[in-house]
Amino acid sequence: MNKLTLSFMIMVFFTVTCFATVPNMYQFPTKEQHQRFEKLTFELRCVVCQNQNLAESEAPIAGDLRHEISNMIKQGQTNKQIIQYLVHRYGDFILYNPPVVQKTWLLWFGPFVLLLFGFVLLLARIIYQRKHLTNKNLDVKQQQRAQHLLEDN
Amino acid sequence: MSKRVKLIIFLLPLIIFLAIGLFFWRGLSMNPRLLPSALLNKPVPAFQLPSLLHPQQKLSDKLFQGHVSLVNVWATWCAVCADEYPILVGIAYQNVVPIYGLDYKDNRAHALAWIKKYGNPFKAIGFDKTGSVAINWGVYGTPETFVIDKHGVIRYKQVGPITNKIWQNKLLPLVEKLKRES
Repeated sequence: MNKLTLSFMIMVFFTVTCFATVPNMYQFPTKEQHQRFEKLTFELRCVVCQNQNLAESEAPIAGDLRHEISNMIKQGQTNKQIIQYLVHRYGDFILYNPPVVQKTWLLWFGPFVLLLFGFVLLLARIIYQRKHLTNKNLDVKQQQRAQHLLEDN
Repeated sequence: MSKRVKLIIFLLPLIIFLAIGLFFWRGLSMNPRLLPSALLNKPVPAFQLPSLLHPQQKLSDKLFQGHVSLVNVWATWCAVCADEYPILVGIAYQNVVPIYGLDYKDNRAHALAWIKKYGNPFKAIGFDKTGSVAINWGVYGTPETFVIDKHGVIRYKQVGPITNKIWQNKLLPLVEKLKRES
């Protein structure tokens, strides 16, 4: 084969190999630990790349925290302990779900309360309108007039 | 239902809308990346690090007892830290508060060369090669500066570089206030 074909093939070869998937850097002795690691890193926010979770983010701090979490899992710490460790240092923001405590009641229940409020208003309006229902029926003269107007296009 | 009550009920959605709009308006000028420190008003996490300049020397959280301190997290690979550095040197020159450096995931040789070239505003520098101490402090980006009171309690965290404006308007008054505290 000529030079051009050869160089093209080499190019393609390297492109294909460079498409290797990101290797799983963290090995765990048990499958359960691995699953816990995946669950945790998927459910914790990267505080730098704030729209990504710790599993996806390529920020250095995310890598450090993944490393830290994997160590803690291997040491035998519970999920609760690991989450507590992170929240202690980075605050509630690192959790995607804010905790349900007094100061977040407005956040969690606010929308439902507003919805309820809207329904109450709606109900009040309906009841009010029913109470003040006027007689919409027309008397004879008005009926004739209506007939006249409708026929007369 | 009186006319007055009717009026109030009529205006209620508008009032609620304006109130919520006010919050959103305020939110526009806030930066979500500037997270307040989770360690606010908590004692400095215990640590032990080798000194950058004197590797045999060990630095620990006992450094902060008895006086107000600033702890600046920096690294030579951090471009913004380069911008902030002259400000730190200026603050050190004013001699109002000691600045301790936390060299974050850095190369020792680079850091030493940096200090030699640009000066040393730090009273002591802890060399945190792996970044594990920084994690304990809730560091997520450089530069960050912690203000620590006389009892070793973290009172404020400045995320991002200190500018002259921030020093004059925010940090210096805070440092003076903490100095006056018992």
